[in-house]
Amino acid sequence: MNTTESMSQSPQSDLPAAEIPLSVYDLTVAYHRKPVIWDVGFDIPPGKLVGIVGPNGAGKSTLIKTIMELIPKASGRVNIFGKPYQKNRHRVGYVPQRESVDWDFPVNALDVVTMGLYREIGWCFPVRKKHRERALEALERVGIADYARRQISQLSGGQQQRTFLARALVQNADLYLMDEPFAAVDAATEKAIVQILQEMKQAGKTALVIHHDLQTVPEYFDYVILLNMRVIDHGPTADVFTPENLQKTYGGRLTLLEEATETMRRREQSL
Amino acid sequence: MSRCALAVLLLFLLLPGPLLLAAEESGFRSQQSITDRSISMPSWQDWKRVLLLEDYNTRIVILGTTLLGMSAGMIGSFALLRKRALMGDALSHATLPGIAIAFIIASTLGLNGKSLPILLAGAAISGLLGIAGILLIRNLTRLKEDAALGIVLSVFFGAGIALLGIVQQMQTGHAAGLESFIYGKTASMVASDAWLIGSAGLSCMLISLLLYKELTLLCFDEGFADSRGFPVVLLDTILMGLVVVVTIIGLQAVGLILMISLLVIPPAAARFWTEKMAPLSIVAVVLGALSGMIGSAMSAIFPNLPSGAMIVLVATGMFLISMVCGVPRGILIRKYRRYELNTKVNRQHLLRGVYEYLEAHRQLPGEDTDQVPPVSLSALLKMRSWTLPLLRKIIQQAEREHLVSLTSEDQLQLTLSGLKEAARVVHEHRLWELYLITYADVASSKVDQDADAIEHVLEPEVIAELEALLIRQSTVGILQSPHEIDLPQDTSPSTTGRQA
Repeated sequence: MNTTESMSQSPQSDLPAAEIPLSVYDLTVAYHRKPVIWDVGFDIPPGKLVGIVGPNGAGKSTLIKTIMELIPKASGRVNIFGKPYQKNRHRVGYVPQRESVDWDFPVNALDVVTMGLYREIGWCFPVRKKHRERALEALERVGIADYARRQISQLSGGQQQRTFLARALVQNADLYLMDEPFAAVDAATEKAIVQILQEMKQAGKTALVIHHDLQTVPEYFDYVILLNMRVIDHGPTADVFTPENLQKTYGGRLTLLEEATETMRRREQSL
Repeated sequence: MSRCALAVLLLFLLLPGPLLLAAEESGFRSQQSITDRSISMPSWQDWKRVLLLEDYNTRIVILGTTLLGMSAGMIGSFALLRKRALMGDALSHATLPGIAIAFIIASTLGLNGKSLPILLAGAAISGLLGIAGILLIRNLTRLKEDAALGIVLSVFFGAGIALLGIVQQMQTGHAAGLESFIYGKTASMVASDAWLIGSAGLSCMLISLLLYKELTLLCFDEGFADSRGFPVVLLDTILMGLVVVVTIIGLQAVGLILMISLLVIPPAAARFWTEKMAPLSIVAVVLGALSGMIGSAMSAIFPNLPSGAMIVLVATGMFLISMVCGVPRGILIRKYRRYELNTKVNRQHLLRGVYEYLEAHRQLPGEDTDQVPPVSLSALLKMRSWTLPLLRKIIQQAEREHLVSLTSEDQLQLTLSGLKEAARVVHEHRLWELYLITYADVASSKVDQDADAIEHVLEPEVIAELEALLIRQSTVGILQSPHEIDLPQDTSPSTTGRQA
């Protein structure tokens, strides 16, 4: 199996546990007794951009949410930099799916970004000027500082996505978990997110990103996890992102498979 | 917001029922005086007594209901944003059996069965049991929350009514007055009751102020709050607890049927006035306070009308005003913005029409001239599906902005500022067209219509982006049209409809 191969090759195997951003052991999650993810295990190396790909219903969102203990696990264990999530929560930044909230809520973009600092500000203490300044800096990093005072329903989809990204950035975490940040965004936003990811990587941070567009996987990610209820394979993109693996992951889904083969063909041509 | 509007409409429909019923009942209760059956016009003395807050009890009662309204507005804005408003309704209906049972127990023990703290304690216990029932049904069965709400609300309310019937038969105490919890009656409120209500309301507001940012986060993005380690379940319980307290203390003044309105209507009305959280709470607090204050004052003037109905009617009045006149979300301002946009679109169409006509006839003035050749209205009419009256109206509006002038009855001329504006409009239109053709795979035959829909609302940043994307550095001035503009010739009597 490819899995064992790539695991033995993985560069972090001799790293101390505290330096591995995320390790997942034998994780199983079930809704109403029906398993959604089954016996999933992997490590991700530090300072890498990691993409999770898999068909709809493969359990990608569930995996991320279980890592953050938003969903109870049936069995298994998750470590963040060698410790349980609760101990290292401050080192994790979360970018939820854009559709997960009501954008008609009466707050502006800056308010949303400051929410990333609420934990740091502490219970019952008000948001202060220095916090707003930091939030504004984060909005600047994602390129929408001009829209800071705009009510969030008046932002475009891409700007909303960037607001969520800024809310995670403001925390200055070491591991970022992102649930489809590229879903239905404009080209400018896609570019901005890719650039932020690159900056993160240069700063030695790690990002785990759920991704749908197979075409861009080799370009965006160093490392890939192919998920369809189980981990089909994981490892450096060049080794793991192969037509055979994609067929296993998306088995039977013809259109996606065609899309994947097309990607592979193009990649081979460009090499 | 449509959900809130619906809730308010529902309340509106339900209002006349309780009003009539209660009026009838209060008539029954005071049968010693037949005139009490009708709602007589209060004397000047009555007005003066209430409005000048002459008597101590009225003063305290109005203060109590004002504080009640304030806390309901504050807690209600969170409950509304958390989409828990109907939970509050089920809760308030579920309090009725508790009230009746508390009365029975207190009377048999020889206590004063009508003491407010005792009755409210009973109400709170039974209300919490109701919520527990909802949660149980939701978690143990596959029924959805709305079904659970409906079941608990009606079963508890029905049980309460039955228990009230039993209470009426009891010889122990005078049960008369317990029904006032259904429709609300400030007349039965004594000073100590008002103090209890006021201080509980204030405490609720204080707690919600302390947890302001945590509760806001809970309402906006529960998942994110959870991921950051905020105890979401605890926060949710605190919010629900605040709703419980506000509902319970509102039972006497507003009544359990209408209590939900005081939680929902002020924040729903406030939403029309603001896009921010803090102002939303403040406006909701003010509207709640006014509803409580004016409503209970009215009820002191018309003692036979249930105060709950009064308070709700005042709140509803303010809701309607907010819905129509609210800025920035009210109906009028939205209509006005729509109208403004239409005017702007029409004006831009006119300018572009004139410009493209001049361009096609090679009559565009150079840099140095200060005269723009006139264009006949009949030529313009052929360029779009304009009727003459509409065209004249558009021209009038543009004249007011000094963009065009009519040189004669049938001749239109761009002013210099009009020419500049027209050039800008044409430029933006063509930018957008070019973008659609280049990047959005829209066939050039269709592009003009698509460009039309969006170009008028393009923001300056987008224009700059488009320019950077599409125009080479060297290009200066106005873009050429990416498709052929087919202008009807002046000579041809063609009546072709809509064109560039």
